[in-house]
Amino acid sequence: METAYLIETVIKIVTILLVFSALAGIGTYFERKVLAFMQRRLGPMNVGPYGIAQVAADGIKLFTKEDIVPTNVVGPIFKIAPVITAATAFMAAAAIPFLPSFEIGGYVVNPIVSDINVGILYVLAVMAVGFYGPLLGGMASANKYALLSAARGAAVFISYEVITGLSLLAPLMMVGSFSLIDLNNFQIEGYWMVVYQPVAMVLFLIAGFAETGRTPFHLVANDHEIIDGFGTEYSGMRWGLFFIGEYANMFFYAFLISILFFGGFGDGSVLGAFALLGKVSFFFFFFLWTRAAWPDVRPDQLMWLCWKVLMPLAVINIVITGFVMMF
Amino acid sequence: MSKLPSLEDFKDRNVVEGSAYYDVDQREAPTTGMEKFKQVVNRTFRFELFIGLWVVLREMIKFDIHTVSYPAEKLPIGPRYRAVHEMQRLWESGTERCIGCGLCEKICISDCIRMDTRIDENSRKEVTEYTINLGRCIFCGYCAEVCPELAIVHGGRYENVSEQRAHYTDFNDMLTPMDMAISGKVAEYPGFGAVTPHEDERIKTTPLAY
Repeated sequence: METAYLIETVIKIVTILLVFSALAGIGTYFERKVLAFMQRRLGPMNVGPYGIAQVAADGIKLFTKEDIVPTNVVGPIFKIAPVITAATAFMAAAAIPFLPSFEIGGYVVNPIVSDINVGILYVLAVMAVGFYGPLLGGMASANKYALLSAARGAAVFISYEVITGLSLLAPLMMVGSFSLIDLNNFQIEGYWMVVYQPVAMVLFLIAGFAETGRTPFHLVANDHEIIDGFGTEYSGMRWGLFFIGEYANMFFYAFLISILFFGGFGDGSVLGAFALLGKVSFFFFFFLWTRAAWPDVRPDQLMWLCWKVLMPLAVINIVITGFVMMF
Repeated sequence: MSKLPSLEDFKDRNVVEGSAYYDVDQREAPTTGMEKFKQVVNRTFRFELFIGLWVVLREMIKFDIHTVSYPAEKLPIGPRYRAVHEMQRLWESGTERCIGCGLCEKICISDCIRMDTRIDENSRKEVTEYTINLGRCIFCGYCAEVCPELAIVHGGRYENVSEQRAHYTDFNDMLTPMDMAISGKVAEYPGFGAVTPHEDERIKTTPLAY
């Protein structure tokens, strides 16, 4: 393996890690601002102009807080759980093309760590592993609310993995490749994938809310029922890692939806790159928007939605796509 | 219902068919599978979820913020609000209004007012010591109500935090400054039962009328 390739990859990894850790922080700022504006409040205003330095204040607080490991917890598992959430979120990013390839001084840079041929499969698989964070953290916490949250998490994540997989099957059948770059390039000539597969897009989006644990499906850490769920016993940077993992997942999911269904970066021009960032911003905003507008559903309603509505729809969608492709 | 029920109708708490009480917007829950299915389809394709999304987005675009950034800006409080007491002086002369009658000390139900008086050389009663322990005061307003001279009144200063208990009894904090009294800048206390300014404009018809 050449040294240049190694150095390039390391630089890419470090960049993604830094950019998305920072974005997770800025994401919390935007979440608070957007929610506040939608509820006719001002949100954070005091630290820095328009409260922009609130992120730094929160970061300092998280880093300097006392690290508490409660008495009855299963120590090693309790300590490793937040790392799993954050690490898997960033590992999933390895196969996501964040921008089209560009040239710096005659050197072509592909802003993807590794364009593996099972790209989307890898991303979804690693994101699914991320669910061990809430599960192990909740079970090791010696707290009944955390345990409830872990049980709910297990039910929700495993159920909605099915929806994610099945809903993606139909677009993948049309493209015939798992690579996210191929999926992006498929949409250059024709229309966006959402035109061919609107049902798959809606299902994937709904599943995305469950996978990232955002508001309509925010049962895993439902504040008014089970405190903070699996995060109840965590404090300081351990809790911060859960947080970074959740927000990084939101960003990566926004990237996935934009690339899979909404044309991605198009033909790779500068305009396409900005279009991709615009789409990602919109979907990130959509995650916040629904949080202000929609109530949470009950766990049984969530299961009902998954198994009685979404899964049959996904299967019917696959069958119809298959028939259309065959004839 | 053909005519509005009278008060007598409402007094009959026996809720039966045709009584004044009836269930509001209680729909039949679907029982059969087909009915349940229809309900789900109906709710899905009426796009009820998007109405909620539109409402919050509209509020965000309108940007009609209702926040009062508290330490920087404060809401006005009514003249009848009972916050930290003020000891008034007479206008122009600047003499303290308190005549040392001791009624406030007597009526105070939390025993937080203490005063000491003496007869001065002109054989007039003079207040030598006057303290209100604001840490104990429950701000009931009896002292201001009983005062025959409008000497002790309630002001609008509601932020009373201190690091020391002694600060809660400082008479000089409550006393109107001499220069303000002489220049006549002190607003006359409107007395108990005074209405908020512009109260007439804020009065609305009761909802029952329409």
